[in-house]
Amino acid sequence: MQVPAPFEYRRVSTVDEAVALLYRLGDTARLVAGGHSLLPMMKLRLANFEYLIDINELHDELGYVRAEPGLIRIGAMTRHRELRESAELAAAFPVFGDAERVIADPLVRNRGTLGGSLCQADPSEDLSAVCTTLDASCVIHGMDGERVVSMEDFHRGPYETAVGDAEILTEVRFPVRPRGSSAYETVERRAGDWAVVSAGAAVWLDEAGLIADARVGLAAVGPHTAGIPGIAEALRGQRPAEELWARAGDIAAEACDPVTDRRGSAAYKRHLARELTMRVLRRSVARIDAHIGGHIDGQEV
Amino acid sequence: MTTYAAGGHRTAFVDNDTKPNGHGRMLRKEDPRFVRGRGRYVDDLQLPGMLHLAILRSPFAHARVVSVDTTLAEAHPKVRLVVTGAMLAEKGLAWMPTLSNDVQAVLATDKVRFQGQEVAFVVAEDRYAARDALELIDVEYEPLDPVIDVRTALSPDAPVIRDDLEGKADNHVFDWETGDAAATEAVFARADVVVSQDIVYPRVHPAPMETCGAVADFDAVDGKLTLWSTTQAPHAHRTLYAIVAGLPEHKIRVVSPDIGGGFGNKVPIYPGYVCAIVGSLLTGKPVKWMEDRAENLISTGFARDYVMRGEIAATRDGRILAVRTHVLADHGAFNGVAAPVKYPAGFFGVFTGSYDLEAAYCEMTAVYTNKAPGGVAYACSFRITEAVYLVERIVDCLARELDMDPVELRMRNFIRPEQFPYRTRTGWVYDSGNYAPTMELAKEIAGYDALRAEQKERRARGEIMGVGVSFFTEAVGAGPRKDMDILGLGMADGCELRVHPTGKAVVRLSVQTQGQGHETTFAQIVAEELGIPPQDIEVVHGDTDQTPFGLGTYGSRSTPVSGAAAALVARKVRDKARLIASGMLEVSVADLEWEKGAFRVAGDPDASVTIQDIAMKAHGAGDLPEGVEGGLEAQICYNPENLTYPHGAYICVVDIDPGTAKVTVRRFVAVDDCGTRINPMIIEGQVHGGLTDGVGMALMEMIAFDEDGNCLSGSLMDYLIPTALEVPDWETGFTVTPSPHHPIGAKGVGESATVGSPPAIVNAVVDALSPFGIRHADMPLTPSRVWEAMRGRPTPPI
Repeated sequence: MQVPAPFEYRRVSTVDEAVALLYRLGDTARLVAGGHSLLPMMKLRLANFEYLIDINELHDELGYVRAEPGLIRIGAMTRHRELRESAELAAAFPVFGDAERVIADPLVRNRGTLGGSLCQADPSEDLSAVCTTLDASCVIHGMDGERVVSMEDFHRGPYETAVGDAEILTEVRFPVRPRGSSAYETVERRAGDWAVVSAGAAVWLDEAGLIADARVGLAAVGPHTAGIPGIAEALRGQRPAEELWARAGDIAAEACDPVTDRRGSAAYKRHLARELTMRVLRRSVARIDAHIGGHIDGQEV
Repeated sequence: MTTYAAGGHRTAFVDNDTKPNGHGRMLRKEDPRFVRGRGRYVDDLQLPGMLHLAILRSPFAHARVVSVDTTLAEAHPKVRLVVTGAMLAEKGLAWMPTLSNDVQAVLATDKVRFQGQEVAFVVAEDRYAARDALELIDVEYEPLDPVIDVRTALSPDAPVIRDDLEGKADNHVFDWETGDAAATEAVFARADVVVSQDIVYPRVHPAPMETCGAVADFDAVDGKLTLWSTTQAPHAHRTLYAIVAGLPEHKIRVVSPDIGGGFGNKVPIYPGYVCAIVGSLLTGKPVKWMEDRAENLISTGFARDYVMRGEIAATRDGRILAVRTHVLADHGAFNGVAAPVKYPAGFFGVFTGSYDLEAAYCEMTAVYTNKAPGGVAYACSFRITEAVYLVERIVDCLARELDMDPVELRMRNFIRPEQFPYRTRTGWVYDSGNYAPTMELAKEIAGYDALRAEQKERRARGEIMGVGVSFFTEAVGAGPRKDMDILGLGMADGCELRVHPTGKAVVRLSVQTQGQGHETTFAQIVAEELGIPPQDIEVVHGDTDQTPFGLGTYGSRSTPVSGAAAALVARKVRDKARLIASGMLEVSVADLEWEKGAFRVAGDPDASVTIQDIAMKAHGAGDLPEGVEGGLEAQICYNPENLTYPHGAYICVVDIDPGTAKVTVRRFVAVDDCGTRINPMIIEGQVHGGLTDGVGMALMEMIAFDEDGNCLSGSLMDYLIPTALEVPDWETGFTVTPSPHHPIGAKGVGESATVGSPPAIVNAVVDALSPFGIRHADMPLTPSRVWEAMRGRPTPPI
């Protein structure tokens, strides 16, 4: 059994209490949500904190998926399992369901949270890629109230985010636009392993069936999960077609920055960036078509 | 899960609990405690005053130990003891013998020789304090160049790892050969076709769910040491502790409680066990050591690590003439191979496979590298895994060269039934076998011809599908004591059986279960011979104070050796019961007939006594026949006449995603012949587990190192083992060819599937990739490595 170094444990029941405690303890403290990334690192003694602040009681306050006109808001303490079971989310963003299917295992999904996933800022993290794909913004709560940052600004590098020492991520917001859909695909060496490469895509069509906007987010092929603006530029105003996906795949392969490791060679990961980008764009559009074509809601495409 | 009986009939899976009075399908007696979480493992043990031990390990693969400062650790308020290599050296305990007549450092004195090697230990009041105190030990290292690539370990400028051995000037461990070099060369010289292939079997790890550990309790009052430890061989360990530590053997008790998987990982004696003993001797308290997952993966017995060249010679029409191989074996920093002494390469000599050859030859060189020691583990049947993988891969290469169906090529070259007992070209005497029906059954279950037709259609559509075949013969049940011993201890096994007055019984074994189901199987063996229901037979094992001497469970030897002992001891009891019955029925023994569970008077169906009646009589009032002592018990030590040779035919179907190169094992058919089947459910369970191992090794498992000798596979996030999602619905079948020399004809099956499945899976992947011009690709066949193979660039994993 691996055992962590000594630490003090505190439990808080409101966001304000968490922020006040963080303010007092500074960088000697760390919040723990689901704990599925932090606790293993502490047991391996790769992470050592004097104080652990348990925010699981904030689930009452921050565990929600709320659909509003043009916006879906998800509380930072919403668990993977809740994301997977949310009908609103499945209807607006199928990419969530695709991603949640491949995240770890049921034990982890029962406990792990959206906020924890984003704040861990692992470059292979699936939900980070999903949020990037969906152009999410993050609500960060501090002593002076709250601020909102885009996903582009949220992740600063591997394991590094815009959240300050005395701040807490409270909510993630997703703009909902008409005639859109999304998809996610990953290649892993084994179920539950970190992704070799993952790709998420979201596509919106205009009334003429041309691409109004398209976004692709990749995981595990760079210092953080990054969106690829070049793809949006190349796809906007075009009619969906195989050649277009191939072009987008080429852009993704070009834009990413993979390294060779035990999960695969850089060349293979670049190949996957292309292949998976094509697949998720194709699938996103197929889903829009299925929806517009009057297929039964929720049908797997 | 689907089961097929001989002849291909699908058997209904409904007779799970038929309570057979003997052999047959029944639920495992031990499972109620395991499925309720009530198993009792080493780490569950809590003794009054028990202290906890943690080991400081080397961060370097190769470095000189300049100094070890323990001052701060000793000052920790909860620390009771800190021990370094220098302190052990004063007591003559810094080095210990390995199972291969080498020595291994208990704690490093001069140098560290692999990353994760033991350097010092701390004994503290709790596990947390022990671990905290490790960080207070200050070790100064002087890093040295490591030897990581096995291929350059013998180059003249390679650093010498084992400068502790007098006069050692290189990294050579041993050379070994088997077969006839000249005869083999002559056959190769005249053969129509010769195929040669470099093949790597990467370093893998058994990774049992329970890591290794021990609780040592030295009682200063009676001078007795009790060691609860994760061992597959409690008796052998006891004797070795007596020899190493100088403790008298009758004052040592080794207990192996419930074991959470062994797979050979728990055969060696690890420094941690010795540290726990030293800790208890020095503190006078019980001391617990449980390694963590990383420690288990980086420091304990690995498996395989063979770099092989296989060559095969044949006629143009597909008659295999000879097999030749050269092997470079990576043994790590200490030669810790756990194999019979006369077999430094284990049973690799069976690389001639299941084929009738004219000649065979193997030469092998083993070297030291700066990696953890080990080599024989992970259900390998003493290196038969490597041997079978080599021959089954090279036979497939030949099939490709000849453009012949791989099943057809194998069928054409099988040893024929009338040739058994068959002496191979490397001197192994296969006891019995009938290969063609086993292969035919596998083909039938798989629908082999239809699969080939489907493959053709799919290929035309641009899909990638492969069908792989392997056929193996194992040599298990070590072994005849004239040939086989571990450090001078003959590989025989004892067994004691005692029938109580009420007809219940206790059977005491020298082997130890780690999940194989001994508490059920051995009760069934005795039940079959005596007619006492298995539920009425207690199986005692794993405690040297309670069981007769024997060498333990590994190499699929429990049923072939100890199972034979259990059957024979039961027959000995039955012989005595016959004498007592003759007195009870007042007839001569010649007039008695045995019908399972009772003796009857021939010709008088009403005159009979049950084994329970006899047991009461044996302990009861009144006279017994003249010369018969009271009681109903017997003891035996069984020395096997030969190994047993189970065989099997496996067929695997894979699909490969053309875009991502990810391999999916769609189907797997395993037909095993392990002779007499004692409990078919347990056999199927063992086969399922071994097949899952095979998927792991073929597709994802590998203990990897970087060029500095850092182990890159020290967690289960880095060392992947398969889950239910990676394996198909196993389809198993069986044929039965009893062993002629085993009392009940059983052959042992624990490792068959681990041995036989990797070549079937790799053969399937290579078959799938044949349109890409690929003849071989090394394990692990991860998506990245398969993608590279698809681009015509398969690379060795090391």
